[in-house]
Amino acid sequence: MHEILCAKTLCLGIKLFEVSAPLIAKKAEAGEFVILRVDEKGERIPLTIVDWSRAKGTITIVFQEVGRSTKKLGRLKEGDMIQNLVGPLGNPLENRFYGTTVCVAGGVGIGAIFPIARAYRASGNKVITIIGARNKDLLFFEEELKAMSDELYITTDDGSKGTKGFVTDVLGNLLQSLRVDLVYAVGPVLMMKTVAEVTKPYGIKTIASLNPIMIDGTGMCGSCRVIVGGRMRFTCVDGPDFDAHEVDFENLLARNRRFLEEEALAMKDDPN
Amino acid sequence: MPFPERDPKERIRDFGEVALGFTEENAIREAQRCLGCKRTPSSKICIDGCPVEIDIPGFIKAIREGDFEKAINIIKDRNSLPAICGRVCPWEKQCEAFCVLGRRFEPVSIGRLERFVADWEHKRGLQIPKLPPKNGKKVAVVGSGPAGLTAAAELAKMGYEVTIFEALHAPGGVLIYGIPEFRLPKSIVEAEVRYVEGLGVRIVTDVVIGKTLTVDELLESFQAVFIASGAGLPLWLGIPGESLNGIYSANEFLTRVNLMKAYRFPDYDTPIKLGKVAVTIGGGNVAMDCARTALRLGVEKSIVVYRRSEDEMPARREEILRAKEEGVEFLFLTNPKRFLGDEKGWVRKVECLRMELGEPDASGRRRPIAKPGSEFLIDADTVIVAIGQAPNPLIPKTTPGLKTRKDGTILVDPKGRTSKPRVFAGGDITTGDATVIEAIGAGRRVAMEIHSFLSLGQPWPEL
Repeated sequence: MHEILCAKTLCLGIKLFEVSAPLIAKKAEAGEFVILRVDEKGERIPLTIVDWSRAKGTITIVFQEVGRSTKKLGRLKEGDMIQNLVGPLGNPLENRFYGTTVCVAGGVGIGAIFPIARAYRASGNKVITIIGARNKDLLFFEEELKAMSDELYITTDDGSKGTKGFVTDVLGNLLQSLRVDLVYAVGPVLMMKTVAEVTKPYGIKTIASLNPIMIDGTGMCGSCRVIVGGRMRFTCVDGPDFDAHEVDFENLLARNRRFLEEEALAMKDDPN
Repeated sequence: MPFPERDPKERIRDFGEVALGFTEENAIREAQRCLGCKRTPSSKICIDGCPVEIDIPGFIKAIREGDFEKAINIIKDRNSLPAICGRVCPWEKQCEAFCVLGRRFEPVSIGRLERFVADWEHKRGLQIPKLPPKNGKKVAVVGSGPAGLTAAAELAKMGYEVTIFEALHAPGGVLIYGIPEFRLPKSIVEAEVRYVEGLGVRIVTDVVIGKTLTVDELLESFQAVFIASGAGLPLWLGIPGESLNGIYSANEFLTRVNLMKAYRFPDYDTPIKLGKVAVTIGGGNVAMDCARTALRLGVEKSIVVYRRSEDEMPARREEILRAKEEGVEFLFLTNPKRFLGDEKGWVRKVECLRMELGEPDASGRRRPIAKPGSEFLIDADTVIVAIGQAPNPLIPKTTPGLKTRKDGTILVDPKGRTSKPRVFAGGDITTGDATVIEAIGAGRRVAMEIHSFLSLGQPWPEL
């Protein structure tokens, strides 16, 4: 049982929880994730560890209420308990000095990019961060990311804040004049696929943090399997970071849709 | 003696247990068939077939006398999980294969008698034996499957303070995520786990050794560590199309249904998706479990595709028979070549090859060889790959000094000692995927060795 010590709404449908998890907090590193189950009937779902405090014994997660499980999680308040929480899972970020790094994040991925930008900065990299959302009501962490980045760019699909367009438009522009050593992308699959397409002609090392459906998170079921460089890899133990130029994004898109029918049914059943 | 089973047509509509037990009357009558053989150096009897050497004639005699309390005590002297073994042990290959009566007639139904006594005890309520005072020494067990639970129980009964670390959110390992409800009710597993906890064993769930805590960290607070993390890594065919939607590993399929109770979706949140035709690839007990579970989840056809012939199938005859009764179809001497899908990424067909049996391979079974040009297609909108499991590499990867073999199993000597001092290992993590009773046997043997090591302090061997 893990107590929610702090619950904040960051923006429309996106929440932040600081959760008591001393063992996980002690070990957590950027790039790793946890798997949690809200209650006895709940699904096991993966969420990026956005931040942690070893001293307080807490970890921070950011999630978007899009389906049954995230809505169930979103209904919890400070003082409530998350029944199961396990981690840290996945491989930590390969963090070292690269030179100039560009962190690209879309939607709820804006939460996940925070520990990455911070880590790259701590290794002495120049950090350029590009975040994007559908509109200004879905943006968050602007101040936090500004503090972690040398430059921060904001895009919204409808132009309500920052540049009108996609994160990949800004990325494409930047690459025309700037020498970049590494690009890290986290967000919707289509966004990460496009980032990879934009960086490929420049031959820039590009990392995507993949988000397949998971159950156990320790390599025993294969639900999270992806195709990278033509080989089958398990996101939970081989990833979650992979060379974006090698990832079969089409396959990941298709696999992430495999329970759409059931997800819709579960939402119909949802008390809200 | 009649050992009733539920009617096949009725039982595939739910997940209730299929094999019903002996009545007391029938159990005693069956027990009366036992000849009460004595073990001699020259001739093998039932005990010689039992991986944990239960005093079988002894407990059967107690049943004959109506003293079920005595019977369960005799069994539990060797096997801490009899309600489980009395359901899943391949007794026809073990104790019953050595039954002297079985040389001319039907062997005594030893497995079913074990189950009868274990169920009697469950109904009566599991009683915790008188425990010795704690000896002040602490042992960490990694994994709460049959090997881990058994080792923990044995050590606790000898006065050790034991903590089991389990990666999943519920204890039991393969007993809880792998074996279906209709073969092993979870209420039985839960009762056995409570018994182990009643002995003073502490079970901590949601801790992944190798990630949340390392083995080296465990060695800082525990005098010895027993690694019993099992063989939970699914094996894949490695053929084109294996990542199409609708294709599951047996582990994913069974974990969704057994552990996450997907058969009760949407009451339980975890979904499972099946089409009309489920094809299970494999020939072991896991494959039978998958094919039978698919039927219960409402597929119209459940087909098992196996590359050798029926005689070579490793699954228990009993489970193969039950699968057939339930309507599972079998395609023998058939192996998949690739999976074909539709434009949305869903599997639609399996292209198979006909096989023939050649010379025996390393396992002693005749090697299946593909007949070139024999390709044919079968319809399938759900595929379950149940071709075996390998050891999960997480612990060896994160434990310096822990040697593994080429197949990923942890290297151990006959006493269960690994190459790392104070670290023991047993069960599937050392043998590759095997049976529940072998894991229980290993748990018991290595517990004794841990006790011996911690009391006598022998030097650690060079492995």
